[in-house]
Amino acid sequence: MATREAHGAASAGRRGGPKAWLRDHLRVAVTSLGRLYRHLGTSLMTAAVIGIALSLPAALQVLVSNAKAVSGSWEGSARISLYLKTSVSDADARTLADTVRKMDGVADVQLIAADQALAEFKQLSGFGEAASALDKNPLPAVVVVHPADSRPEAAAALERQLAANPAVDQVRLDLQWLKRLSAILDIVRRVTDILAGLLALAVILVVGNTIRLEIGGRRTEIEVSKLLGATDAFIRRPFLYHGAWYGLAGGLIACVLVVTAVALVEDPVSHLAGLYGSVFALQGLGFPGALGLLAGGCLLGWAGSWLAVARHLRAIEPT
Amino acid sequence: MISFQTVSKRYEGGNEALTDVSFEVQRGEMAFLMGPSGAGKSTLLKLVALIERPSRGQVLVNGQNLSGVRRRQLPLYRRQIGVVFQDHKLLNDRSVFDNVALPLVIAGVDPAEIGKRVRASLDLVDLLHKERAVPITLSTGEQQRVGIARAVVYRPPILIADEPTGNLDPELSLEVMQLFKRLNQVGVTVLVASHDRALVQQFAMRVLHLKAGRMTDPEETHGHP
Repeated sequence: MATREAHGAASAGRRGGPKAWLRDHLRVAVTSLGRLYRHLGTSLMTAAVIGIALSLPAALQVLVSNAKAVSGSWEGSARISLYLKTSVSDADARTLADTVRKMDGVADVQLIAADQALAEFKQLSGFGEAASALDKNPLPAVVVVHPADSRPEAAAALERQLAANPAVDQVRLDLQWLKRLSAILDIVRRVTDILAGLLALAVILVVGNTIRLEIGGRRTEIEVSKLLGATDAFIRRPFLYHGAWYGLAGGLIACVLVVTAVALVEDPVSHLAGLYGSVFALQGLGFPGALGLLAGGCLLGWAGSWLAVARHLRAIEPT
Repeated sequence: MISFQTVSKRYEGGNEALTDVSFEVQRGEMAFLMGPSGAGKSTLLKLVALIERPSRGQVLVNGQNLSGVRRRQLPLYRRQIGVVFQDHKLLNDRSVFDNVALPLVIAGVDPAEIGKRVRASLDLVDLLHKERAVPITLSTGEQQRVGIARAVVYRPPILIADEPTGNLDPELSLEVMQLFKRLNQVGVTVLVASHDRALVQQFAMRVLHLKAGRMTDPEETHGHP
């Protein structure tokens, strides 16, 4: 009779608790990783598909943020260039610059004298020798005006006002192209978002399909586990970890791809920047970007396996 | 412990596997369920394990009316019942040890205790030396014993077995049945389905006869020593 009592007691109330729950998560995380490792070839192939899919929007994102950094240094700096008539002397140009500086709505004024302009042209254009051959400086003096208010309407009003000056030959408001650049960047950014959305969906479907096959292959295990009293969460867990590991591995591969691509492009970019006399350096993925890619991959893998698990696990019942 | 009250089971498609079955197995009792193939033995055991649900009537197990067990409560209910299958249903992607440990892992038993209990269970079926083997490398009789070790490792109060000796020769069959008897002696309520009359008659246990889905002379007992 005593043994009988012991038997009942042993089976009753032996429930998990948070510690057991955590332990099981750890166990499943490790065993599902081991499972992936045992089929390293196929696992890597799936992870590579995910990685390539993730690297595309990530690379575009890097591109956009670099373009933004470049245009950002010009942003808010609408400039009005006053090309003076060549007949205007340097002294007169200086007087004009001083007058303009005192006008309302003008933040700053720079004068590029005709000689200075020629010197810069020689240095930067690569046509130095051709320019030296000229007997007369063909370049006009330029007064660069920075409006205090760089909103298009205000800048345009100032432009009209300055154009009225008789010494001014031509006026250029360097605002339009900036607006166009930022519009183009907006389009690129939007396209990146759409692409990222589509590729995220692709990752979810790829993982979902992989997990669906995995579930099919482990049908007996699922049936037996259900018979032995496994909860849905217990059965779901290995598959969710499986998917999350796939996503994480994909994210890692994407990181490597983007970092490699950035490294490959870095030299030509700095060369180009040098040609523009700029010290612009390409921004890479960065730590937050890499972290985001890993977390995003993990999340997408997890979501993909949820999709498969929700659709297929319930259908498998012991018979 | 197991009580059927006018239970009928009709499968989709109109096949009635059980008709008005009533019986009771007491706590700590061991009983055989006999009848030819297709008599409804498997269906009856599936109703106990809640793999199937009755079309009519009530099943009570361990004081619990099974019609009240919802899908979410199914796992906890099933942990009270050890099930032994004719085809063992062992997993061949892991060792004997891991197979037997599965019910404990599912129940969230402390890992330190899992080793002890798995070995105790394997010792019971005399397969302690095979714990590292993969089930498929074992003989049918050994596989069936691993299946039994797995069924009892969580110490369920109820053990049901569906034709556990179906694939075994008479000698091994007797061994397996004696194992069930030993488990019954330590307090487990045991219900074994079998069509092997000669084997069943070697035990002085109550026999429930099932024929074409109906219970016949349910209280008949065999008194042979």
